[in-house]
Amino acid sequence: MSILVIAETRNGELKKASLSAVTCAKILAEKTGLNYNILTFEPSEKAKEELSQLGAEKVFVAKGEHLKNYTAENYAIAVSEIAKKVDAKYILATATTFGKDLLPRLVSKIPNSAMISEVIEVIDAETFKKLVYAGDIISTLKIKSEKKILSVRGTAFDKAGKVDKKSDVVEEEIKENYTRKRFITLEETKSERPELTEASIVVSVGRGIKDPENIKIVEELADVLGAAIGASRAVVDAGWLPNDFQVGQTGKTVAPQLYIAIGISGAIQHVAGMKDSKVIVAINKDPEAPIFQIADIGLVADLFQVVPELTQKLKKLKQESAG
Amino acid sequence: MKILVPVKRTQDPYVKVRLKPDGSGIDTSNIKYAINTFDEIAVEEALRKKEEFGGEVVVVSVGTQEWTEQIRVALAMGADRGILVDTGGKYIDHVILAKVLAKIIEEEKPDLVIMGKQAIDDDANQVGQILAGLLDWPQATFAYKVEVNLQDRKAKVIREVDGGLETVEVDLPAIITADLRLNQPRYASLPGIMRARQKPLKTIKIEELGVDLTPYVTIEKLETPPPRKAGVKVKDVDELIEKLKEKKALPF
Ligand SMILES: Cc1cc2nc3c(=O)[nH]c(=O)nc-3n(C[C@H](O)[C@H](O)[C@H](O)COP(=O)(O)OP(=O)(O)OC[C@H]3O[C@@H](n4cnc5c(N)ncnc54)[C@H](O)[C@@H]3O)c2cc1C
Ligand SMILES: Nc1ncnc2c1ncn2[C@@H]1O[C@H](COP(=O)(O)O)[C@@H](O)[C@H]1O
Repeated sequence: MSILVIAETRNGELKKASLSAVTCAKILAEKTGLNYNILTFEPSEKAKEELSQLGAEKVFVAKGEHLKNYTAENYAIAVSEIAKKVDAKYILATATTFGKDLLPRLVSKIPNSAMISEVIEVIDAETFKKLVYAGDIISTLKIKSEKKILSVRGTAFDKAGKVDKKSDVVEEEIKENYTRKRFITLEETKSERPELTEASIVVSVGRGIKDPENIKIVEELADVLGAAIGASRAVVDAGWLPNDFQVGQTGKTVAPQLYIAIGISGAIQHVAGMKDSKVIVAINKDPEAPIFQIADIGLVADLFQVVPELTQKLKKLKQESAG
Repeated sequence: MKILVPVKRTQDPYVKVRLKPDGSGIDTSNIKYAINTFDEIAVEEALRKKEEFGGEVVVVSVGTQEWTEQIRVALAMGADRGILVDTGGKYIDHVILAKVLAKIIEEEKPDLVIMGKQAIDDDANQVGQILAGLLDWPQATFAYKVEVNLQDRKAKVIREVDGGLETVEVDLPAIITADLRLNQPRYASLPGIMRARQKPLKTIKIEELGVDLTPYVTIEKLETPPPRKAGVKVKDVDELIEKLKEKKALPF
């Protein structure tokens, strides 16, 4: 019996978000006395090296021409084969869009299994916490199926670090190919800035910015801080920023050291995705905006005046501290 | 083309949900109910495909008699027929729900199932994927755009994923789950509401479907997360920077 963690790669690189699921697996391993294995797809040599240093019993790499591009259908087949091999009692992955798409598909492939989504805390071997109602309520759930599938909320668990012992990396050829779905393309959002879910500072922009032309005001602030840019749904719906910039209940969950919300009202669906940030700053001209209820530092002001001023003053401060 | 849309009754997304004072459950006294936001989008998408190709849109809910209210809204939007699988208020988990929907689908044999990606009460994001697995149908989750080619029995779906937009092609029948930007749902018109009263709405008792109703996942406890401590308001940018320094929140 063991635990199986699925690690996500993108263009061969290990997604750092997956390291949260590894931490959750370690906690479970301690509570159950089980070992954990890692399974990944299409890793670069560097990713293999990184994965072999996470204290896993073994690192499995599923191989097959049909696994070059992700589909939930084919990856679920591969995961269920490896899960059988290692007699996995738990299967974990971080709740990125990859984990959210793939994990529930496993339920039908693995007899006597069920799933809990977006676990934020492990209570015991069969009891876990998750958020419901856009984060208004915490639910404690008990899962009694013999095999337990868990997606893990990335911001709720630290990223697993390196250990001294090295795990063996084992390749497994997967034959079965599901042909009724075909991957066609992935149009990747290109950005010079840090990735939203991994950045230590996020500058987020809301409808208060009024016009896509004005977004550069926020970009300039982000550049001084080396921050990632996030957005409310209103901005993304308007097509002012790409979909994958959305923070919230249905977008990304972030918990950076510093989150600056600019022209964002603070609807619960937005707050659901950022309220675990260490320091929250809100800039909004409406003193009644709900965002101020959760902000550590609030500035009631017109963003068009104060954001450029903030950028200038921080630039100066940065130069001084460098010089 | 026959399209089936599973629809959940959930709270209105703009109300704050609270626990009963004794913590024994959700305080439902002030809750307004609606069709789950994502399911409304799924209904709209199904109606658009029906307008394009002809056929039928069937709405299915697994809940209590009160849920007919939301089924009627979907019928008023333009769906043709409703099915309520009556749980009699019995608790069911996601696996049971998917098995129940699979039974209905085996019976109805739709060409396509369009549903929400997530219910905004339990925020699970599971049922579509479990269902697709049970039926061994292809799944296209988090749909941003759906193009059906009925002649070749295929659909091209653009999906919202973390890194950007992914395009996949699925053979029909398939399960598609709707993301927020798939479309802007229509309102039910007054004639639509009138017509909805005449449309067929069938009730099936959940026990009649022969699905084991013993849940794997149960709710042990609900609680309110600890509130964030109230912060401070600053008067200007200089004070903001001072506070950021104090909290060591700046990278320089
Ligand atoms: C099912 C569902 C899921 C959702 N998921 C998400 C999600 O994941 N993420 C998300 O963000 N939203 C989500 N939403 C939408 C959410 O409810 C809000 O509608 C959205 O967050 C509002 O975006 P906003 O704050 O940018 O816009 P608004 O609410 O319009 O707020 C704009 C703010 O800008 C301020 N402002 C205007 N001009 C200025 C100025 N010159 N200077 C300073 N301040 C100014 C205003 O005072 C106002 O507070 C979801 C909704 C539903 C129903
Ligand atoms: N009780 C229900 N009856 C009908 N459909 C449901 C029900 N619960 C969930 N669904 C469907 O499954 C989708 C995903 O829900 P969930 O996996 O619970 O987040 C929803 O958007 C609905 O389309």
